[in-house]
Amino acid sequence: MDLDDGRPAAAFFFAGLGVLLLLAGSYWGLFVAPAETYMGDVQRIMYVHVPTAWNTMLAFTFAFGCALAFLFLGGWKWDSRMEAAMEVGVVLAVLVCMQGAIWAKPTWGVWWDWDPRLTTTAVLVFAFAGILALRHFVDDPVRRATWSAVATIVAFVDVPIVYYSVRWWNSLHQMQSTPETVSSAFHWPLRINAFAILFLMIAAISLRSRIAALRLRTELAPPPPAPAPQTGTAAAEATR
Amino acid sequence: MSELSAALRKEALLQWRTRAQLAAVFVFGASALLLFSFAIGPDSAALRRHSAGFLWLGLLLASTLTLAESFQSEMEQRALEAQLLMPVRPAALFYGKAISNWAQLSLLGFALVPVMVVLYDAGTDRLGALLGVILLGTAGLSAPGTLYAAMTSQARARQTLLPLLLFPLVVPVLLAATRASSLLITGDPMGQVRSWALLLACFDAIYWSLCGLLFGRVVED
Amino acid sequence: MSPETLNPLPAPLGSPQPAAGTPAVEAEGVCRRYGRRWALVNVDLSLPRGSALVVAGRNGSGKSTLFRVLSTLIRPDRGTTRIFGLDPRADLHSARRRVALLSHHSNHYEALTALENLEVAARFLGRPASRAALVPRLGDVGLAERADDPVMTFSAGMRKRLTLARTLLQEAEVVLLDEPYGQLDPPGFRLVDDVVVGLRSRGATVLVATHQLERGAALCERGLVLEAGRVAWTGPASDLVRGSGLEPASLAEGGA
Repeated sequence: MDLDDGRPAAAFFFAGLGVLLLLAGSYWGLFVAPAETYMGDVQRIMYVHVPTAWNTMLAFTFAFGCALAFLFLGGWKWDSRMEAAMEVGVVLAVLVCMQGAIWAKPTWGVWWDWDPRLTTTAVLVFAFAGILALRHFVDDPVRRATWSAVATIVAFVDVPIVYYSVRWWNSLHQMQSTPETVSSAFHWPLRINAFAILFLMIAAISLRSRIAALRLRTELAPPPPAPAPQTGTAAAEATR
Repeated sequence: MSELSAALRKEALLQWRTRAQLAAVFVFGASALLLFSFAIGPDSAALRRHSAGFLWLGLLLASTLTLAESFQSEMEQRALEAQLLMPVRPAALFYGKAISNWAQLSLLGFALVPVMVVLYDAGTDRLGALLGVILLGTAGLSAPGTLYAAMTSQARARQTLLPLLLFPLVVPVLLAATRASSLLITGDPMGQVRSWALLLACFDAIYWSLCGLLFGRVVED
Repeated sequence: MSPETLNPLPAPLGSPQPAAGTPAVEAEGVCRRYGRRWALVNVDLSLPRGSALVVAGRNGSGKSTLFRVLSTLIRPDRGTTRIFGLDPRADLHSARRRVALLSHHSNHYEALTALENLEVAARFLGRPASRAALVPRLGDVGLAERADDPVMTFSAGMRKRLTLARTLLQEAEVVLLDEPYGQLDPPGFRLVDDVVVGLRSRGATVLVATHQLERGAALCERGLVLEAGRVAWTGPASDLVRGSGLEPASLAEGGA
């Protein structure tokens, strides 16, 4: 499916489906699912937080894939998609950090608890915001695409390293972390919301990469017209 | 590889000619360490505890100056272009530059250790290990820093872009180097320095290879 | 001296040897853009070994871009180039070994001396880099007395001479000179003339981009005029001024 130049109808379909699923999953998670034993209602933010976190990593992984594709296969669509995936990823990552802070304050009493996954997400926000800034300050489209692809690869390779170093760093001090496991009664709203946010993300990336592709079209000159018949061509043939 | 040794000789020559700069960056680093202590206050115990962090923050800030400067001479008359055409493999040019930056930052780190000892009462009896950690940590700053410096020296807003790109990336280096240095200064009962040093070594191995591979795409048009 | 006896760069083992008769420089349908503007459009070119081409055109017509593409410094967006049959996209290293470019950027390290700049280049090229080997090269371009002065103290003309010395150090088989007369004084003009004659007598293929039409036409036997990135005229260099179909007065204005 050509996400960039195809009709945006596909994107709107995904967006619509995503909104519906999000409403369904959130309703279930907020009102129907039982409260968690120890944390009570505060834990319900997990129904949005965990799916958002999953999709953030998905967006950045997709950006990484697009960067590799651009550098090794070529093709401007990969650059548009990479830009879109990065922007959407940064937005989702900021949401994850906000959700994490909202969860942490009533639970631990502080806004930020240096949880390894949350901290890694925060580092990713800055890393990819920096790459988006790089794109903004480079005017030549070819350079912009190549450099931001290189920077994306460098930043993405760092993700596991950042995660493990923060986890280790944190483990020496305190063992707080957001709960990893959710018991089975809670799986359905989580899954529904995961797909919901996935569809919303697909729609956003698709629409955003369309915008990037359209902008590229104005920045790159159209193919040159066919050569005009030249004066002195006969003389040129004679001297070759 | 003869191209690499030619690149290293070139870097050494350039460094020697502009050696006044190294002194200036050292003064910058030392004054940064002084300013950090004002942020904490004259609490010797607290200063000693955080001395490693200050050292590495100072090195990180100073690195933005030296890294940006390292491509200044290449870009002002497009000297790099002529070398690519000779031809010289881009990887050789990268490693020459990265090694030169590493040497500069390490020297700076070594020079800041006595400043740290004096200002924060942060001596260590494992000086060799501390110098080793400085070598590993500055290597982690130097490889991605050289790659990014090559990019930003040709972009607009280059002063802000380099730290913006570099700082999030080198979080593991900062974490590991600070922890290891701090343990060397305040004591390491559980022998964790080696593990942090290993983390630094892994980061260095990964990034020295990756950035060398990608450098060609950054400088070729 | 026949061109075949000249091969100053010992070809590395396994590098492709061009068949006799392979053109030294070829371009087919070369297009190159900078953002919204096409700097080169459908440029075709074929030069046999040992020939010389003078390229003329107004400012902004694409001469420098053409030379940068032909020298393999930048890639064309469309079309192909070849140096002795080698496609830079397939084997960049081998193609670059055979080409040298005198760019209008001076490509120097301002902080180093003239001699040191040549030393750096000589080491990369694998050539002797001792003082005794390089000072004569500086002497060839009239810079022997300034060998130990930092380039930042040089005038524009002296910088150009040093760039010329460094370009010649490569002893390439294809030499592209982009506005070699720029910033030079009349003795400098004669120096460039002598350099081109010397290169040709050694069998090198030379391309000269210049506004000095008469000088270029005297040194080269072929001519090409670029206009807005396209080849507007090709023919014998002797016809360049008269028969190019463009007003020679506007082309010959200004230096370089």
